[in-house]
This record gives sequence, C-alpha cells and structure tokens, in this order.
Amino acid sequence: MAEFIIKRVLQAMVVLLIMTVLVFFGVNVIGNPVYIFASSECDQACLTKTIAELGLDRPLWEQYFVFLSNLLQGDLGNSFTHGIPALSLIFERLPATLELAICALAMALGFGLPLGIWAGLHPDTIISRCIMAFSMIAFSLPVFWIGLIMILTFSVQLGWMPAVGRGDTVDVFGTELSALTLDGLHHLVMPAFTLSLIMMAIVIRLTRAGMREVIFADYIKFARANGIRERRILTTHVMKNLLIPIVTVLGMEFGGVIAFAVVVESIFSWPGVGKMLIDAIGVLDRPLIVAYLIFVVFMFVVLNLLVDILYSLLDPRVRLGGNQT
Amino acid sequence: MTSVLNVKDLHTSFVMPDLTIAALQGVSLSVDKGEILGLVGESGSGKTLTGFSINRLLSAPGRVVQGEVLLHGQDVLSLGEEDMRHLRGRRIAMIFQDPMMTLNPVLRIETQMRDALRAHEKMSKAMARTRAIAALDEVGIPAPESRLRSYPHELSGGMRQRVAIAIALLHQPDVIIADEPTTALDVTIQGQILSLVQNLCRDRGTALIWITHDLAVVAGIADRLAVMYAGRVVEIGPVDDLLDAPAHPYTRGLIDSVPARGQRGQRLKQIPGRMPALTELPVGCSFAPRCEHAKAACAALPDMTALDAERSVRCFYPLAEGSA
Ligand SMILES: Nc1ncnc2c1ncn2[C@@H]1O[C@H](COP(=O)(O)OP(=O)(O)OP(=O)(O)O)[C@@H](O)[C@H]1O
Ligand SMILES: [Mg+2]
Repeated sequence: MAEFIIKRVLQAMVVLLIMTVLVFFGVNVIGNPVYIFASSECDQACLTKTIAELGLDRPLWEQYFVFLSNLLQGDLGNSFTHGIPALSLIFERLPATLELAICALAMALGFGLPLGIWAGLHPDTIISRCIMAFSMIAFSLPVFWIGLIMILTFSVQLGWMPAVGRGDTVDVFGTELSALTLDGLHHLVMPAFTLSLIMMAIVIRLTRAGMREVIFADYIKFARANGIRERRILTTHVMKNLLIPIVTVLGMEFGGVIAFAVVVESIFSWPGVGKMLIDAIGVLDRPLIVAYLIFVVFMFVVLNLLVDILYSLLDPRVRLGGNQT
Repeated sequence: MTSVLNVKDLHTSFVMPDLTIAALQGVSLSVDKGEILGLVGESGSGKTLTGFSINRLLSAPGRVVQGEVLLHGQDVLSLGEEDMRHLRGRRIAMIFQDPMMTLNPVLRIETQMRDALRAHEKMSKAMARTRAIAALDEVGIPAPESRLRSYPHELSGGMRQRVAIAIALLHQPDVIIADEPTTALDVTIQGQILSLVQNLCRDRGTALIWITHDLAVVAGIADRLAVMYAGRVVEIGPVDDLLDAPAHPYTRGLIDSVPARGQRGQRLKQIPGRMPALTELPVGCSFAPRCEHAKAACAALPDMTALDAERSVRCFYPLAEGSA
C-alpha cells in the first residue's frame, strides 16, 4: 500500500510538471494582458514600465522558471486584476463550488440509485423504460440548455425559484454555506440539480446494469436458498457488489463536475471558482487562469488516487500494488 | 414410513407471452430420513430445475404448474412467501455446483454465515460467531476462527465448497439438495467432499438429493437412484438394482456409456441420437426415437409403473433381468 502510494505520488508529480508547461505556455500564446491594464493615455514609456512590472519583458522560458520556482513554494502569483495571490482567490471561491458539486453528487446518488435499482428489478415495465429514457436524455442534452430552460420555466414563468446567486449563507468555521438556510437551499436546488444530471444518468445506467448482473449471480441464489431476507440480500449482498463500479466511476467523474461547474455557475451566477475562471478569462488575468488550471489538474490527480484507495477498500479482491491472488 | 421429501408428478414450465416451454413434465421422487438419492440424467434433462422447483427459487418466467412437493407430508407449494423463506436453509438447504460462484465475493465468511444463521434465529454476533466456528470445524476447515475473517477468494475451491456445506448444515435441515457439488473440483478433493457430505448426512439423518451426471460418483454414495430424461423421471429404485439390472433402456444406455475397467480397447457404446429439444418432444415416450426396443405402443406416454415394492419405471417394455 505505502509503496503503491509513493509510486502514484511520483507519477502525479510528473503529470503536474507536464501540465505546468502546457498550461503556462498555452496561456501565454493568447492576447497581451498589458493592454488591459494600461489606460488609453498610456504612452510607450508607460507601457514598457507596466510590462517590466508584470515581468513580461523577460524571455518566456525565464518567466516559466520563475513561475515554477514560485509554484514549488506554493505561490502561484498574484492576480492581475485583484492584486492578491491567485491561490487565495481560488480558495475563497472554492467552498461555493464544492457545496454545489457535493449537493449535485448527493442528488445523483439519492435519485440515481433507487431509480437504477428499480429499473434493474423490473426491467420490462413501462416505468423502467421511462427511467432509462430519462437517463438517456439527461446524459445527452447540453447542460447550459437544461439550465436555461429551468430558469425560464421555474424562475421566469412560474416564479417559484430564484434564478441567480447563493441566497442567504451561514458562516461555518469561516466558510459561507448556502445549504443551511432555507433561502440558500432554495437558491441551491436548481443549479445543483442541473449539475447532477449527467452523474445521475451515469448512476442510473451503472446501477441498472449492475443489478441485472448481480441478481442472477449464484451467490445471490445461494443467499436466497439460505432463507436470507430479501431486504438484507438487497441492502448488503447485492449492494456491496453494485457499489464497486459506481464509486469508481463517480470518483473519476467528480473532478469533472467541479471543473465543468463553470457552465452551471455562469448560468446561475453562482459565485464559485468556475464563475471566477470565466471572469478571469474575460480580462486575461493570466496568473489566475494558470492557477485555476493547475489547481484543477492537481485535484484530478488527488481524486484518482483517492478512488484507487477507496476501490481497494470496497473490493477485497483488489490489492493495491500488484500481488493479486 | 412417510418419506421426508415427496415430490409427486411435478410439472414446471417457462411461461412466456408467445410460447410456453414445458421443461419438467412429471418428476416424481422421494427421499427418506438419512437416505441419499442420486439424481442423474444428461445435460438439460431438468435436474437443476427440479431442485429449484422444490425450494421455489425458479427465476421468472419459470413456474411450477402442476404437482406436489411434500415435506413431512406438508405441501410446500401452497406456503406463503414468508413461510417459504423460513423453510429455505432451515429445512431444505442447497449446495451448488461451482464453489467459486456460490459465496459472495465482497463479504467475509463470517458475515455470510451470520446472515444465514440470523435468517432463521435471533442471535447475538458473539453467538453467531461461536456457531459459525463450530460449523466450520465440523466440515474439517483448519483454524476456523481465522477463516471467518477471510474473503472467499482467499480460500481454495475445496475450502470454499466446505464453507458452502457448513452453511447448508447450519440449521440441521431435513433435506439437502446438492447440485453437482463436486463437478468443479479436482479428483482428490472430489473424493474428500463426497465422503464428508456422506458422513455428515448419515450422522444427522439428513436426507440428501445428490444431483450429478457422473454414474461412478452416484454408485459410490447413493442408496437410491432416480434417472431423468427430458424433464421426466424415467426410472427410480435402489442404486445396486438399477445399476445391475436397469429396466429402462435409457438407464441401460447411460450405464453402457461409462467406461468400465477391464474393457480397455473396447469401443464404448453410445446412445444413438441426442436428447430432443424441449420444444420438439415427441408426444409419447420421449426416449422412443433413440430406443432400439421401441414399438408402436411407444407413441403413447407410459406411466410410472411399479416393478416391485421399491422400483418403478416409465416404460411399456421394461428390460428383463439379464437382457440388454
Ligand atoms: N429461463 C429458461 N427458459 C427456457 N428454458 C429454460 C430456462 N432455464 C432452463 N431451461 C431449460 O430447462 C431444461 C432443464 O435445465 P436444467 O438446468 O434443469 O438441466 P440439468 O439437468 O441441470 O442440466 P446440466 O446437467 O447441464 O446442469 C433445459 O433444457 C433448459 O434448456
Ligand atoms: Mg444443472
């Protein structure tokens, strides 16, 4: 286990290093941020001064090494527009995104598991077909479209739901949370649901497919032949086998959900990191964009590692780092 | 003396919207206390189906459409679902063919045994543990305490089958239905499992139905033998009588197709043709198309006819002793 984790951490460092190169040079190809800072009266001398201040006059590779050595000290540079460390901006906005993503995950499991189980137990019924059609649609319709339709329907037409913002928040250990106030929850429901749809579709499909496989397994027949109650069979004997692929896939998917919260946050003006990224791109705030991308890569790497560990805990047949029986 | 389990003229079908496949069309058999009944027949003859019809675990669209299953004279088929559940594992237990597949891969042995115990008795974890250890000990599993913590994949095939047997025996059932429990194991382990089950059942007076298509196994373990062909029992009786002087031509054919010692080099006799598909069974005796003794009368379905007090056969022209 320890050996496996060390190996993975080393791999992760290589991935991160490659990503810093890609991200740094990629972002430097687009636009020149100086013009955003300089006022229209700024003459050549003023421009040169600004460029020097931002460190943009030095060769790109030199800029990269400055960036890298700062990165190793946990410094991703200051945001051009806000003038404070990019990382602290990200961490300031992260709780809103995490809250949204975790609610979406909970919704995906809360609705997806029961629907998938039902569809798996009664595969040939009309309701089951409807569930599968729903998962198909949820998976294929574009998220921004669903978000807009939800706003049009529930906010504009019916006036039931607020269209933008987080609503009232509560301060929990220095973190603002919406989910703890009624108004906040009210604001949270639509964006979280929109964000959860793809995951929900995946959960429904995996659960149904898993059910179809597991309930015909000999060990389930054997459990029945031993008189074990149907409820216990479902909640333990079936469920434990079912959860293995679901946890694995969702764990991978969760990083994507945080990364692609960008779309949902923009539509619902949810003040999370995704919204921040869009704003940063709008003003070419390079350090902030780079910091965000590096952060997302880092998060993916960590999530993958966690998923592998979790997988080995769930499935006793898997031993991390080889030595399979 | 009434038998522990008595199956009378059991019919099981797969009822689908567009067609009905009659898979069992008259299975009659019985087992007494402490007796071992071998159930043989070629692949697809309905042996497994008989087992699942008895404890009512057929998966849809399978359904028992006719017949009786009597456990100590009580009709099992008319029981409510909860009463039926309470019968499974407690009075009718099962052992399956492939020990790799019968134990749940993600649950510890202890969990699986505790669940099987608690299905029928309220008991504490500690109590369940004690019972489980005793049960594992009885089937000859070394260091049972530590085995409880194992997952199935950590045990060998033979050990897993022992665990399955231990689970089947937990509640001292009246009948055990063992569906080819040794087929997936290698020969030396087969022998061990065979005598283990035989001894355990003898000691407790448990009736045992041993399903197999291996006549050699049956000859060594069974007291009586039932032969199935295309969804019907065609002959039943004491194992030695049946093997020495089979009355049904199909039984004769089965015996002749087993290689015997001292006959090396001789060509094995084969039953000509193959078992017809369930959807195209002949109206009369289903073995008639393959039978060298078939006559015009065989176009009708023969009933099970008693030859003597212990033997019956489903044939109009049972083979006389010594003929072939
Ligand atoms: N779901 C089903 N639908 C239709 N027919 C089925 C179904 N399940 C089983 N059968 C048929 O029932 C018959 C009996 O099957 P069964 O499994 O009892 O045979 P068996 O004697 O146990 O054979 P084997 O020695 O191969 O285990 C087979 O001909 C099979 O094709
Ligand atoms: Mg079978």
